[in-house]
Amino acid sequence: MLDDFFSRALIAGIGVALIAGPLGCFIVWRRLAYFGDTLSHAALLGVALALLMEINVTLAVFVVCVCVSMVLLVLQKRATLSADALLGLLAHSSLAVGLVALAFMTWVRVDLMGFLFGDILAVTPTDIAIIWSGGIGVLIILAMIWRPLFAATVNVELAQAEGMKPERANIIFMLLMAAVIAISMKIVGVLLITALLIIPAAAARRFATGPEQMAMLAAIVGVVAVFGGLFGSLEWDTPAGPSIVVAALGVFIVSVLPMPAILKKKQHQNTRKTQQSRGLE
Amino acid sequence: MLQKSDSLVTLKNAGIYRSGKWLVRGVAMTVESGEIVTLIGPNGSGKSTTAKIALGVLNPDEGTAIRRPTMRIGYVPQKLAIDWTLPLTVSRFMSLTGDVSRKQADDAMAETQTLHLSKAEVRTLSGGEFQRVLLARAIARRPDLLVLDEPVQGVDFNGEIALYELIKKIRDELQCGVLLISHDLHVVMAATDRVICLNGHVCCSGTPRTVASSAEYKALFGARASSGLAIYEHSHDHEHLPDGRIRHGDGTITDHCNHDEENHSDDSHNQMKNKAGNANVG
Repeated sequence: MLDDFFSRALIAGIGVALIAGPLGCFIVWRRLAYFGDTLSHAALLGVALALLMEINVTLAVFVVCVCVSMVLLVLQKRATLSADALLGLLAHSSLAVGLVALAFMTWVRVDLMGFLFGDILAVTPTDIAIIWSGGIGVLIILAMIWRPLFAATVNVELAQAEGMKPERANIIFMLLMAAVIAISMKIVGVLLITALLIIPAAAARRFATGPEQMAMLAAIVGVVAVFGGLFGSLEWDTPAGPSIVVAALGVFIVSVLPMPAILKKKQHQNTRKTQQSRGLE
Repeated sequence: MLQKSDSLVTLKNAGIYRSGKWLVRGVAMTVESGEIVTLIGPNGSGKSTTAKIALGVLNPDEGTAIRRPTMRIGYVPQKLAIDWTLPLTVSRFMSLTGDVSRKQADDAMAETQTLHLSKAEVRTLSGGEFQRVLLARAIARRPDLLVLDEPVQGVDFNGEIALYELIKKIRDELQCGVLLISHDLHVVMAATDRVICLNGHVCCSGTPRTVASSAEYKALFGARASSGLAIYEHSHDHEHLPDGRIRHGDGTITDHCNHDEENHSDDSHNQMKNKAGNANVG
């Protein structure tokens, strides 16, 4: 089955969706969407460094993402610029530095579009191994820090007062984010990773009654989006990464439709129709 | 050792320095098991900051904070906002920072009259309901030290009295230390063992009666305030159930409380009645 490029894409995509869902919930809850963007933009710098030093791309991206989040932590403590200005500064300057560095390396021929928008159809068995082993690792660690991280999401001081060590959970969470971006960059590309983190979580919110449930639902929505996007891209010959994001957007739109109202209206119409037909009789 | 070793928290000369000024300085305070300590003071006097030193959320920049290492803390923060994106029911909220058995959670919710809300989303609660849920979560943990930062905000006067009584009851049951922050200078409950009056430093401290009559207190809040420092002592002959009905002293339940037939021993009530009576006569 792994010989077929399409099955490989599916397996890799599902792997990424399963980690992106639960982690994405925390991004939505903690309003970290722009932070996710910053890390993923910085990923391109990681790619450039990997090519320059001829090391593994996933590892280089992970290291760069970790460095960027640490720089962010330090800058935030010094607090001269507001957090969103700092994020914007880091996001776009690291993206620009990455692009410039790639342009300087005239000896490497690199498919820039592949890094920006992903190249899921070129996934190798090694990529799948990295995604699934890394992904399982990320999920296990997330499960271990779930309670302190969630408590800190609700209220940091409460968490700290009751002995949850929120600082440690936050740092581990940043490392997990860096790992997920490194793992999933090949699937959707640096420009769309945040979408894969946020949209399934946002779509899951409407139907979730608890945080754990929302995380699971977000993972399921992500898997649905991967299926929909990949089959859609096969059918209509559209780019795979963006198609997955469009499919996720579709699920989100369905989730925010006022379902009860629509159902009521239909029922209403049906009863009116039957009444009318009775009237005709 | 000078201080008693069984103290939950001991602050010595503790101070917090932020952005070029001292938020509080020279705070000395202890909280023992089974004791209710109330912090009062004007806005910005460092009440919350002092509580955060006691909780270990802030490390003092000066002085020391000694906290019993094994103690379990229940904290009711002053503000807690739950975003729409966060699906959180009251019953899930009970186990936010640690495992709480179903029975412990139910008992705590029953005690704070929030059991009927257990399936409700925290976000949808009214201010008063939310305060009681916060308290329920803190006591479900069976804490050694209960810290309440202005627990009566958003609660009406009757609710406030009920809440103070509940805090006393919890203290009696759990034998925990209670550190209570009150913005309300006029009602300091009778159960308080010690009042610490803050204004950037400890302005005065002692039993509610000592503090009320101290010169520092009068200087800080004015003579009018000190005459109004009601030491709340009263008993009820009926209680208001969460669904709006009334349970009377003899156990009967009715839809309304018939206030003419009540016997509050609270002096202020009687005074009001007397005034009303006089007005009628006049």
